[in-house]
Amino acid sequence: MRRLVSRGVVILGIFLLLLIENTRAAGAQVETGKEQGGHKIRAKLSSDETFTKWKSFLETLPFELHGFWEAHGGLRAQDDPHESKTATLGESRFQLHLFKALDWAKFRIKNDFLYDGVAEEAKDDLREANALFTPFEFMEMKVGRQILTWGTGDYLFINDLFPKDYNSFLIGRDDEYLKAPSDALKASFYTQAFNLDFVYTPQFDPDRFIDGKRLSYFNPQLGRLAGEDAVIYPRKRNEWFKDSEIAVRLYREIQGYGLALYGYNGFWKSPVGFDSQAGRATFPRLSVYGLSARGKVWKGIGNFEVGYYDSREDRSGENPFLPNSQLQYLTGYEQELAEDFTVGVQYYLEQMLQFGTYKHTLPGGSQAADEFRHVTTLRLTKLLLYQNLKLSLLTFYSPSDQDVYIRPNVHYKITDHWGAEVGANIFVGEKDHTFFGQFKDNTNVYSGLRWSF
Amino acid sequence: MKAHYWLALVLSLSLLATTAPGATQPLEPQKAGVEIMEKEQQAFYSQGKDMKAEIRMELITATGEKRTRVLTMLRWNDPKSKNQKYFLYFREPADVRSMTFMVWKYSGKESDRWIYVPAVDLVRRIAARDARSSFVGSDFTYEEISGRNISADAHSLLREEKLGGRNCYVVESVPKEPIDYVKRVSWIDKTTFLPLKEEYYDVQNQLARVFTADKIEEVAAAEDRERKSFPTVTKRTMKNLKTGHRTEVTFTSVSYNVGLQDNIFTERYLRNPPERWIK
Repeated sequence: MRRLVSRGVVILGIFLLLLIENTRAAGAQVETGKEQGGHKIRAKLSSDETFTKWKSFLETLPFELHGFWEAHGGLRAQDDPHESKTATLGESRFQLHLFKALDWAKFRIKNDFLYDGVAEEAKDDLREANALFTPFEFMEMKVGRQILTWGTGDYLFINDLFPKDYNSFLIGRDDEYLKAPSDALKASFYTQAFNLDFVYTPQFDPDRFIDGKRLSYFNPQLGRLAGEDAVIYPRKRNEWFKDSEIAVRLYREIQGYGLALYGYNGFWKSPVGFDSQAGRATFPRLSVYGLSARGKVWKGIGNFEVGYYDSREDRSGENPFLPNSQLQYLTGYEQELAEDFTVGVQYYLEQMLQFGTYKHTLPGGSQAADEFRHVTTLRLTKLLLYQNLKLSLLTFYSPSDQDVYIRPNVHYKITDHWGAEVGANIFVGEKDHTFFGQFKDNTNVYSGLRWSF
Repeated sequence: MKAHYWLALVLSLSLLATTAPGATQPLEPQKAGVEIMEKEQQAFYSQGKDMKAEIRMELITATGEKRTRVLTMLRWNDPKSKNQKYFLYFREPADVRSMTFMVWKYSGKESDRWIYVPAVDLVRRIAARDARSSFVGSDFTYEEISGRNISADAHSLLREEKLGGRNCYVVESVPKEPIDYVKRVSWIDKTTFLPLKEEYYDVQNQLARVFTADKIEEVAAAEDRERKSFPTVTKRTMKNLKTGHRTEVTFTSVSYNVGLQDNIFTERYLRNPPERWIK
């Protein structure tokens, strides 16, 4: 952690130097600009004037520099006996995004400096630091820290096994933060017949999973809800090249329909395994094979995706502490029903394989999972006031688990630079051990304000 | 004065000669309407083999509050059909910066649309429909950016008249399926076939929105080894008379026949915008 902070300080230092270096030149330019169009500029709002200066300063930089500052706060709507803090979110974040395109490569650095009031620490979260090369006309390579996404689901991921940050998602950080970065090499090949993406992650990048520090969860070993009293510290998979991941996507577009085949070799991204002798959570080995299709269906967009999860350490399903293999299916449809009003529905099915063996070997008193887990989602999005006001509601409902997760959000673009939002994450469930039901003490409301440049 | 009459006579005769095969009777207004609108679409949305432009949109409320959208647009015409492909790269405002947007427009069916959100490396299909969805919150709809299917309306040449010193055809277009307007009246320049003005009438048959071409510039470009000049609407406004909201669009750095290829309009370049074209 100290290394992270010191690296942050170094990056911040470089930014400041560059800023100081360029300030004089920019200042001079702004002065000239003022003389030329004096009346106009003075007549504008003072905030606009500040931004005009800032913008002309940015234009003098030898690279593109953008970013935002934001403040975000969120509270639990009820007490949580397993967490000491009522606040789920309380942070001030400053993101800087540098981009430089040269003839032979594109470079990108995106770094978040934040003070996290809930964790009570200053952090530096390097989101991207990568270089993109085109060594051949038919090939691209992106090397370094990067955000990776593929697949067709709307917040339901089958063949996308890149790291997710579920803490951010459940407490109301911007959607951007659901995706955690990967330290990887991505090689893409483009041919007439198909395209191929190959992603190699030399050291396993797990999810930023719910570990109990901030949000309470169901702990199967304790057989109850837990939080700060039972924080998960899994056995790390951090050996370079040995604990590596490979993800492959073969895809092409036919008449506006996107078809893809996927493969993954690595580990379960969250610590769903348990080493009963050491008493520690683990990331068991996993391979995934799948396919997807997406395109126009009737008056909207339809998608279909399926994946076979090969839980390599427990193919027979005999070890109750390791997840069984699974089949996952997803189908979705989205349509604009009225002007600026879009509705999306999805149906997701997760089937546990070797269910009989699982039932048989499950220790007495444990909560048994169902063979089939069904999830439906409904997304409603309405844009108002020239698309500056966005009302959205995303609901996950599982008829088999009998639990619900509701994400309402209202976002307003006050100006081209200022945006504000309020929202909530609402969890309802009959039982403590179900996927969404386990988070019921974490139901929270949040709000945020962001200035972007 | 006399000279004007002569000119008008010659022009109308030459029009009759070129558009009406028999040249003995005036054309049916419907047939003439369709022919004029086809030429208008060609001039307004399809000139050249391809096109590249910087677009600045100012969305202005009745009280003068302004929001700005800045983007680069690439357009490619499929030489084998009337289909087109569009690539948009957003520069402003900050919340959409670096997003890319791709449209495969077909002459007979709904377009295919994709958007790429770089912050999450996400390629999405867009379910919005052509007809009446607003383009990035402006007073223009998607189809007013890339062209409405000619066969979606019944066209009719109402009259010919001058507008701002230019000779125009006045064509009425009535949507065959009910949408938010019942009638559009277009003033189309007889020489360039560019629309100089359009009036949109709402369901109460009241004038609701007005389009004006505020500036037209000649853009020179080579085509098939010949030097050509493409008259281009470089400034246009759409005003909503009911709300007082308006959108002013300025095209700069317009160039035609720059050599865009079909393969630019793919997921590859959606994720990794072609620096050569968007710089």
